[in-house]
Amino acid sequence: MSTLLEVKNLKKYFKVPAGTLHAVDDVSFQIETGTTMGVVGESGCGKSTLGRTLIHLLPPTEGQILLDGKSITNVKKRQLHTLRKNMQMIFQDPFSSLNPRMSVSQAIGEPLQIYGLVKNKQELDRRVRETMDTVGLAARLADSYPHELDGGRRQRIGIARALVLQPRFIVCDEPVSALDVSIQAQILNLMQDLQRENGYTYLFITHDLSVVRHISDEICVMYLGKVVEHSPAKELFQHCCHPYTKALLSAIPIPNIDVKRERFLLKGEITSPIDPKPGCRFAARCSYATEACRQESPELRELSPNHFCACHHPLM
Amino acid sequence: MREKLLKVSDLVVHYELENEVVEAVNGVSFEMDRGETLGIVGETGAGKTTLALSIMRLVPEPPGRVVQGTVALDGENVLSMAKREIRQIRGKKVSMIFQDPMTSLNPVQTVGNQIMEVIKLHENCSAAEAVIRATEMLERVGIPGERFNEYPHQFSGGMRQRVVIAIALACSPELLIADEPTTALDVTIQAQILDMMRRLKDDLNTSMIMITHDLGVVAETCDKVAIMYAGELVEYGTVEQIFHRPKHPYTVGLFRSLPSLDKDVDRLQPIPGLMPDPTKLPNHCSFYDRCEEACDDCLQREPPVVEPEPGHTVRCCRCSGGERREAME
Repeated sequence: MSTLLEVKNLKKYFKVPAGTLHAVDDVSFQIETGTTMGVVGESGCGKSTLGRTLIHLLPPTEGQILLDGKSITNVKKRQLHTLRKNMQMIFQDPFSSLNPRMSVSQAIGEPLQIYGLVKNKQELDRRVRETMDTVGLAARLADSYPHELDGGRRQRIGIARALVLQPRFIVCDEPVSALDVSIQAQILNLMQDLQRENGYTYLFITHDLSVVRHISDEICVMYLGKVVEHSPAKELFQHCCHPYTKALLSAIPIPNIDVKRERFLLKGEITSPIDPKPGCRFAARCSYATEACRQESPELRELSPNHFCACHHPLM
Repeated sequence: MREKLLKVSDLVVHYELENEVVEAVNGVSFEMDRGETLGIVGETGAGKTTLALSIMRLVPEPPGRVVQGTVALDGENVLSMAKREIRQIRGKKVSMIFQDPMTSLNPVQTVGNQIMEVIKLHENCSAAEAVIRATEMLERVGIPGERFNEYPHQFSGGMRQRVVIAIALACSPELLIADEPTTALDVTIQAQILDMMRRLKDDLNTSMIMITHDLGVVAETCDKVAIMYAGELVEYGTVEQIFHRPKHPYTVGLFRSLPSLDKDVDRLQPIPGLMPDPTKLPNHCSFYDRCEEACDDCLQREPPVVEPEPGHTVRCCRCSGGERREAME
């Protein structure tokens, strides 16, 4: 396997009236071709900003992004045009991410026309029909408009738009959060099937831990702009090392009445990402925090092979 | 024997629009005992919220219309009460928590005033006493009393939901209806809020209806579960009955489509298709098109309600009689 995307010390800061907002702070990881990297965290942890920065919807403040070993950190507008053909995004809300005045076939055909990938109307129609078929949209819906369709079908249009260019890397920003469980399972299966057939590489952003476990090969847990733990998916659920991951895992309500779990409730709420104090960002809510945690920010260390954790007092 | 706290019988609620009728709730009946927590589970558009609103008599009329049925609270039919009587019950005997805490709070009133409002309205007490009681309530939901004079925008989402809960519980209602109270919150905050609600419910001896789409939340908070599909209660029973011995194909499908946290599943098993359009409900079983076990019999009639074990009811043709066993052989 080869590395498709590599991120080195990526930072994304926003200037806000109150100071500097550290949305993504010194994040590094690699994604292998054909695998899925899951990114989990609560609202405001910077996971969406990370996804948007990777595909240049937002310019990075510092750090490097490499695709196929080549730096794509500072690309010009024209290069970005070619780049986007290989990097696409599926958005969370299938209601606001589609143009209400474009029919299904227009919406799916638009990227093909922008990139001049089809010679004539027949070829365009054929490619659109094929893609609709791939994502499970019936051909009779080609002339429907988004408002006529339900959430699950709209999300399929979003996926079709991302896939029609046959990109190599797709950022999926909470693609199933707005859907009901029975529809969510349909979409997750579709995304997995497409990956197996075409070797797509996903960055899968979500707040739902059971979804991320199901779909990911590796998982990054983010807290206030930092990656606090990074490991293979199964490993994370069997031996989590960071107190925040443990709290997150124990907070999920499990649909099983026989399992009585030990609750590991967190104190307080997420602190502000604006001009964060030095030291571990989780220290204020952590029951293991010591003076060292408040003084010095913990580095991401490899505790066991491929399992990284940024904590002064990892749980082993 | 005391009356049941809540008895809903054969409730039908429609929304009558210009050229179509949305059949939101279709013949729902259930009972609730005091101290119980009932979970109502279903997907978007299943009619959960309309059911809850009709217990509070908050269904907007028009376009909403209660076509038939009764909602008896302590033996009194809420649906035939005068507006004045209803107002005395809301907030005092039944309270409701809505999904989005920002839209259910008044942005130009301090949170303290909003809690006091319900106390002053229902309890015969002086303004000074209301302030004391409101502050107490605020502290009970884990917000320091000094924040009494702050406005909703100064609170985070989790804190706002705590304020809403404080308002709902200020007059120790007998029944609390919580409509997706934690859906808009992060998991760690959700855990805090659910924990607090469970504690307060026991302290104040309140019964609760928990509306949710999350079976995990049900497993952690409820005693009884009602599964709703296309405006009907398709299955009803204790948590143990529903989680261990689900009978209705829809309930079984719901459990199978959930990704698991501890088991490895290569592929999820979604329920194929979509919920039927509530303006064009079929005359036969509304789950027919998506059901793996559907048979000709399902097309012939409305599914009967059967009781496979005491207290566990299912609305399904397949579950009545021996046909189901035959099908499995």
